Amino acid sequence: MSDKVVVQTKPFAITLDVGSSLLNKTGTWRTERPVYLDRLPPCNHACPAGENIQAWLGYAEEGDYEAAWRKIMDDNPLPATMGRVCYHACEGACNRTQLDQAVGINSVERFLGDQALRYGWQMDAGEPTGKKAMIVGAGPAGLSCAYHLRRYGHDVTIFDSSPKAGGMIRYGIPKYRMPREKLNAEIERIQAMGVKIELNTRVDDIQAIRERNGFDSVFIAIGAQSAKHIEIESDESIPMLDAVQVLRNSEIEEPTGLRGRVVVYGGGNTAIDVGRTAIRLGAIEVTVIVLESRAKMPAHEFEVKEALEEGVRIVDLRAVRKIEGNTLTLERMVDSADQWPQPSGQFETFEADVMVQALGQNVETGLLDGIPGVVVEGGIVQVDHCMMTGTDGFFAGGDMVPSQRTVTTSIGHGKKAARSMDSWLRKEKCLPVEKHELASFDKLNTWYYSDAPRTIRPMLDVVRRQSGFAEVVGNLDEGNAQYEARRCMSCGNCFECDNCYGVCPDNSVTKLGPGKRFEFKYDYCKGCAICATECPCGAIKMVPEDI
Amino acid sequence: MTQLPESQQKVKFYQTGTLTVGNRLLDEEHRNVQATMDRSNSLDSGHRACQGCGEALGARFAIDAAIRATGNQLIAANATGCLEVFTTPYPETAWSIPWIHSLFGNAAAVASGIAAAMKAKGREEVRVIAQGGDGGTTDIGFGCLSGTFDRNDDVLYICYNNQAYMNTGVQRSSATPGAARTATTMPVGAEPGNAFNTGKSVPLIAMAHNIPYVATASVHDLHDLEMKVTKAMGVHGARYIEVFVPCPLGWGSKPGDTVKIARMAVESGMYPLFEAADGELTGVTKIRRRIPVDDYLKQQRRFAHVFKPNNAHQLEQLRAIAAHNIKRFDLLARDGEEL
Amino acid sequence: MLKQIEGSHAVAEAVGLCRPQVISAYPITPQTHIVEDLGTMVKAGKIENCEFLLVESEFGALSACIGSSAAGARSYTATASQGMLFMMEAVYNASGMSLPIVMTVGNRAIGAPINIWNDWGDSMSARDAGWIQLFVEDNQQAVDVHIQAFKLAEELCLPVMVCMDGFILTHSYSQVDMPEQGQVDQFLPPFEPRQVLDPAAPLSMGAMVGPEAFTEVRFLAHHKQREALDLIPRHAAEFQSIMGRDSGGLIKEFDCAGAETVIVTMGSVIGTMKEVLAGMREEGHSIGALTIRSFRPFPSEALIEALKDAKRIIVFEKCLAVGMGGIVSMNVRMALQDFPLHVHSVIGGLGGRPITRKNLRRLFEKGLNDQLQETHFHDIDMEIVNRELEREKEQRQSGSIAENILHDVGVVAAAKTI
Repeated sequence: MSDKVVVQTKPFAITLDVGSSLLNKTGTWRTERPVYLDRLPPCNHACPAGENIQAWLGYAEEGDYEAAWRKIMDDNPLPATMGRVCYHACEGACNRTQLDQAVGINSVERFLGDQALRYGWQMDAGEPTGKKAMIVGAGPAGLSCAYHLRRYGHDVTIFDSSPKAGGMIRYGIPKYRMPREKLNAEIERIQAMGVKIELNTRVDDIQAIRERNGFDSVFIAIGAQSAKHIEIESDESIPMLDAVQVLRNSEIEEPTGLRGRVVVYGGGNTAIDVGRTAIRLGAIEVTVIVLESRAKMPAHEFEVKEALEEGVRIVDLRAVRKIEGNTLTLERMVDSADQWPQPSGQFETFEADVMVQALGQNVETGLLDGIPGVVVEGGIVQVDHCMMTGTDGFFAGGDMVPSQRTVTTSIGHGKKAARSMDSWLRKEKCLPVEKHELASFDKLNTWYYSDAPRTIRPMLDVVRRQSGFAEVVGNLDEGNAQYEARRCMSCGNCFECDNCYGVCPDNSVTKLGPGKRFEFKYDYCKGCAICATECPCGAIKMVPEDI
Repeated sequence: MTQLPESQQKVKFYQTGTLTVGNRLLDEEHRNVQATMDRSNSLDSGHRACQGCGEALGARFAIDAAIRATGNQLIAANATGCLEVFTTPYPETAWSIPWIHSLFGNAAAVASGIAAAMKAKGREEVRVIAQGGDGGTTDIGFGCLSGTFDRNDDVLYICYNNQAYMNTGVQRSSATPGAARTATTMPVGAEPGNAFNTGKSVPLIAMAHNIPYVATASVHDLHDLEMKVTKAMGVHGARYIEVFVPCPLGWGSKPGDTVKIARMAVESGMYPLFEAADGELTGVTKIRRRIPVDDYLKQQRRFAHVFKPNNAHQLEQLRAIAAHNIKRFDLLARDGEEL
Repeated sequence: MLKQIEGSHAVAEAVGLCRPQVISAYPITPQTHIVEDLGTMVKAGKIENCEFLLVESEFGALSACIGSSAAGARSYTATASQGMLFMMEAVYNASGMSLPIVMTVGNRAIGAPINIWNDWGDSMSARDAGWIQLFVEDNQQAVDVHIQAFKLAEELCLPVMVCMDGFILTHSYSQVDMPEQGQVDQFLPPFEPRQVLDPAAPLSMGAMVGPEAFTEVRFLAHHKQREALDLIPRHAAEFQSIMGRDSGGLIKEFDCAGAETVIVTMGSVIGTMKEVLAGMREEGHSIGALTIRSFRPFPSEALIEALKDAKRIIVFEKCLAVGMGGIVSMNVRMALQDFPLHVHSVIGGLGGRPITRKNLRRLFEKGLNDQLQETHFHDIDMEIVNRELEREKEQRQSGSIAENILHDVGVVAAAKTI
């Protein structure tokens, strides 16, 4: 049409060009704004070693096991070991317990630890600082501290009176729970980083050794090795052994004295360990006599269960009052709601050939005598929030300081002491680490975590069939470890599920791409809070606007 | 169990069946449209919907999915209503697709006309969607809608059902549930709120037209919704999808709870999700974690009166409706059934 | 090509020659034959690349055209009477959205009382709807104006109603010179929409416009209609150059120049009038006639030019603004307000009342003798009316208690004497 009279324009006002709504900044409507945050997942919160469990599970989910292992190694130098002996408070705290069952964190950790040993993954020491540290005790706290100090670049020497390193992991935890080749390999890996370990070297005068060798600082972690004893009226018709010695002798292949009908007196994990060791050493009958009720005994339930399966008998609410002619006199105790068990005045007898006391251990504090500033209260060494004793540059940790006395706690102490010591060596102030608010279950929107597909369930069940320490059941493999890791809900930390990006009615979330998370477009966000409600893991919160 | 391909392992997902928007262990082409970085955002920022508007969300979900399904060969006709008013007040439009609003009651007919034009012009690859709220669909637009179904015109009609005339200030429509408070069914008298045994199910009426595809969907289940839109765009002829879209303003609910309330409606049995082909029911989306009807109702002030002692019979009726839906559509999974 | 053909069929053929792409059809008397024929033609392949939609209502019919026109297809529908009213919301919408739809209106009275016969009540109900309204006098005009209507609609981006008297034209057989396809193609180029729904260039049509721009939108619509006043004669001239026929335009004069009395009307009634007027002129009366072919836009200037020298104007119209009077005459009076002319308004032919040579002659004579009232009802049976009025009067008096009481006390009577 050459003679077109009307100019071809769109009708005024009625027809609009696309993209024009972007001129309308609806962000001005907002009274609350959503913000992304990281909350502390309960597993991380519960871990005495301070592992960032969720982060390493995250790598494991992606199948990047080495990255996962290295993430563990940021906090814990003994994953293969801890994957076996840790009482995994993390799993007890796991939010998933309120949905179905905890993520098998311990199993995945063991798998990752074993992968590292299989493939010879190694950690590097830090750039040398020229500072020298002395550590007394090659147990978990000492090894952990040494490892971390090496990563900081300090020169480290550990002294230990035993013939082998490992402390109570080696001398207090039976082989069936902790295969020695795994422990040895993990200790060797620490040594390969340049940590020197002086074995069979009993330290009597710390200050002298420190001065002689020019150590700039000291970490002492000699544990609690001295068995507690209670006096029981006895005609000495049967031997009275202590648990620490029995387990130690078992490790160094000396006679344990366990034979015939063995009675173990005590309700903790050590008592159970002794009982199970006795079974393995061929005792005819093994009975653990516990003062408290089954429900209240301190040993972990899964360990008790395994002991029972192995043939250990447990007799609860009994106190041993007298030993006479191979016969124990037991007094029945009465459980009470919140008090210690009370004597009932009713007695019974029990025949035995040997009795082992497993009633806890004391710290041998003699080593610290004469060191000015070190405070010992109730047989326990006092330290500040940086694990430093009253003496400058003199740190302590593990079972000898106030603690839960678990291997994991000791690993954590070692790390914390190393960090504090590093600050101290660099003459910086030791600051407590700030923690995020807790990602409790109520912060989650669990709708979005679905059940695993049927094909995957059998592999996940393996984890739950597997007992805490039983090597016989076997480990996770590459396939199912990944699936188990994927059960993690990433509590409190964005895992890039795209929910906020998807559910925003105003399209005011920018997806930044893999690994980069998201950003809010506050120009348009009306503050409706759907994103916060629908965030599966509680990584968004609403904050009032200043109006 | 074989290992998953490397590309899929890199995806951060928390269980293979995850219901989140993204993060699925699926090929790119099967991922939710809303999870993609380059999604079309057919309904873009700057629109004037209320905070937490379910319809704005549902519309973007549906249209973006349709855009992907058609390779961006899409035209939409819109009925008068919230969706139209909040997206296209002069001088701003929030739509990125070719879009037309004509009248309240003629979206289906306008769409039929567009589809006819495309056919006449030999551009049948261009697909047509009509959309509107429940008022524009179940009431005033019902004649045109039925005509489009009757002629089996190549149109997908999407009704965003928020169960009342929201744009005019929350008046009852034929999609308003029993007992619900609206400005024309106030909670007064012996039977407060909307009367029971009234209203209609347009999805079931659509089925009675024997059209190729009918489905109900909810704004809370994006996987299901996108699947249905994609399926609908995969067939020709008249198709109908009703999307359940809570309205914070009209329902008296928290803006942040829009998706949650939609989820509760479905999980309580109050809003059944199903599909039908050629007049026959072909599938239902099973309830995953059944919740009491009361929990759903308690989120909304429009039902507040049913919890007064005098109105216990109304609560019972609402519970009975959910129970009836569950039975009628067989919404509960059988033992061992995978969800 | 000359054909003896029914009006509806002729219109269908003309529409077919315009190569419509979407036709929506809903049956309503007296338009049915048009869409029936078009349906047959589409089905038989005589109209290529055309979709024929059998819609569920008149509202759906025009709505579908709104969609198809917005999507860039040449779109057509036909309606009448109640159907027009049923689609009225879409009528306003189509023009508001600047969609060049062509719609035939087979003019028919509006009920109640229901009546299928001819008057212009339907078209007049949409006179302010923003559509161009072209009235035709015979079936040749009907054919020609439909062809011009598409061109006009598409150039202006406005919908056009072609108004033809129901039955009188739609159902009558007459000789029509049907244009050849080549001629129509020469006159009417393919539709090039000004705005189109296309994924290649997305836009949003049908925005909500508030007080800030609504007046401007309406002004522009008015302005665009006024543009048609130039375009319609230009198209008529172009049409004539191709077809060799004078068709269309704004008005048509019949011995109007120099006449003292001019009858102004629209549509088919001019056919009968021409015969009556010819006789009266032979008798020496100075009387002519003029038809308005474009009622919207209203051709005020053309009317002034044609009528300014006349002394008496008699507007004959088949429509009534109840409570006001003639509609066409109102428009004519407004156009001629600056001239000292007497404009009589004659309402006739309502609901299909026959307009005969005889009664027209009587009417015109009354006009020449200044015996017409301001609003004159042609061929009305006042006996029936008066009888009914009397009856109502009685009923009303006995019916209203309040008024009866007032009567009793004399208030009403007193008031009436004032």
